[in-house]
Amino acid sequence: MVIVERVKKRFGKLEVLKGIQATFDAGKITAIVGPNASGKTTLMKSILGLVLPDGGQVTIDGHNVKDAQTRNMIGYMPQKAQFPDNLCIQELLRWIEDLRGQKSPTLNTLSTHFELNPHLQKPLRTLSGGTRQKVSAVLALMFNPKVLLFDEPTAGLDPLSSSRLKDTILEQKAQGKTILLTSHVMSELEELADEVLFLLDGSIIFRGTLEEIREQSGEVKLERAIAKLMQVSV
Amino acid sequence: MNTTLKVIRYSFFDLLRSRWLIIYTLFFLSITGGLLYFGEDANQAVLSVLNLVLLVIPLVSLVLGLSYYYYTRDFVELMLTQPLSRRNVFLGQYLGIALPLAGAFILGTGIPFLIFSFRNQVDITVILSLIVAGTMISLVCSSLAFWIGLANEERVRGLGIALGVWLALTVVYDGLLLLFIILMQQYPIDQTLIGLSMLNPIDLSRILVLLQLDTAALMGYTGAVFRKFLGSGLGLVMSGVALVVWVLVPLALAQKTFLRKDF
Repeated sequence: MVIVERVKKRFGKLEVLKGIQATFDAGKITAIVGPNASGKTTLMKSILGLVLPDGGQVTIDGHNVKDAQTRNMIGYMPQKAQFPDNLCIQELLRWIEDLRGQKSPTLNTLSTHFELNPHLQKPLRTLSGGTRQKVSAVLALMFNPKVLLFDEPTAGLDPLSSSRLKDTILEQKAQGKTILLTSHVMSELEELADEVLFLLDGSIIFRGTLEEIREQSGEVKLERAIAKLMQVSV
Repeated sequence: MNTTLKVIRYSFFDLLRSRWLIIYTLFFLSITGGLLYFGEDANQAVLSVLNLVLLVIPLVSLVLGLSYYYYTRDFVELMLTQPLSRRNVFLGQYLGIALPLAGAFILGTGIPFLIFSFRNQVDITVILSLIVAGTMISLVCSSLAFWIGLANEERVRGLGIALGVWLALTVVYDGLLLLFIILMQQYPIDQTLIGLSMLNPIDLSRILVLLQLDTAALMGYTGAVFRKFLGSGLGLVMSGVALVVWVLVPLALAQKTFLRKDF
């Protein structure tokens, strides 16, 4: 279980997170939605410890994410995957295993699942955006973490890879993982999300199931329902 | 194996792949080898290499240290998503560039002097002082480079500052010192000069080597003052300690920034 307690973050004059309070349960997928620059990525990075909150704290099963070892429990797939250019995929994966001092139990399965095997020896700089996304997905999943953070996971993926990734996310949920994802793709939310957390200007303005969003907004289509929530709040 | 060591090992292999480290080593090898082969005098060669060391090492360490920092920035972010402490990642990154830079210099100058010493009489303390000075400049300038990089995310600005620091340490400082000496020639300023030399790691390195040679007075005023007032022994200790401070202070500031940084 991930607990976010009164997390605040300010970048200069801009208050990006205004005391976020939320609990994310195991076996559930929560989608963090909101307009651009509403604090979605900052919230994810605060859970990961990449962004250090000015106030409040984040714990995973009682362990503060300030403690580096807590990241053993987290897998993260960033919005834009950046890797050292000189390495090939295989070297990168081995290097991460070496850094953590443990072998990935699922590496072969994952790299077959995401069709990375033909590319393993290619330098990362030569890979297409989609292939880089797949590498990023493998990196997030390879140590079977309890908590998974996906920041716009299917952006740049072809339909086949995208549906494979979504299948994987659902499998992970079935295994009891705590999953958070951000997305602007409504069909993806409908397919994956158990509930939606709506962020606006660094505050949570709505949290509930897709049904509750529709009910509250009076719209049948999810995209319109969310757009209406945004307009009402602004 | 400790995480820091793993990061250092990774940086090292990555640097070997980019080849400039090998070119840097070959540069010192050929210059030192050439000077020893044609000059046949170890002390003269030390003086010539010293002049090169004082200009080239700061420039290369600052520029390459900074470029390496920017180049690995994304990878640092990836490492920080893993269960690794920020302190270990930072130290690994710093040593991963500073040690290869220092190592390239040590090998590049050390090997020719070693070969030369088989057949000729050499003063080992003079050669050692040159190697220590070059190593310390590499460490100081790498830590300055990391600090500049962490404080400036914008690459062009960072590079501009690094070049400014290089100019200040190698050229501007000497000019200002000379001006100070001329303006204050009526007054006893020798003690002040010792203090002023502490402000420049390049000058400190020069003093470290010159204290071992008889040419101290010919190679900069502060060197002569150091010898006169402190003698070789105390001067050596003082300049050595000051150089260590010059490595540790920028490094501590850079680490402080790194530990509090949002990625």
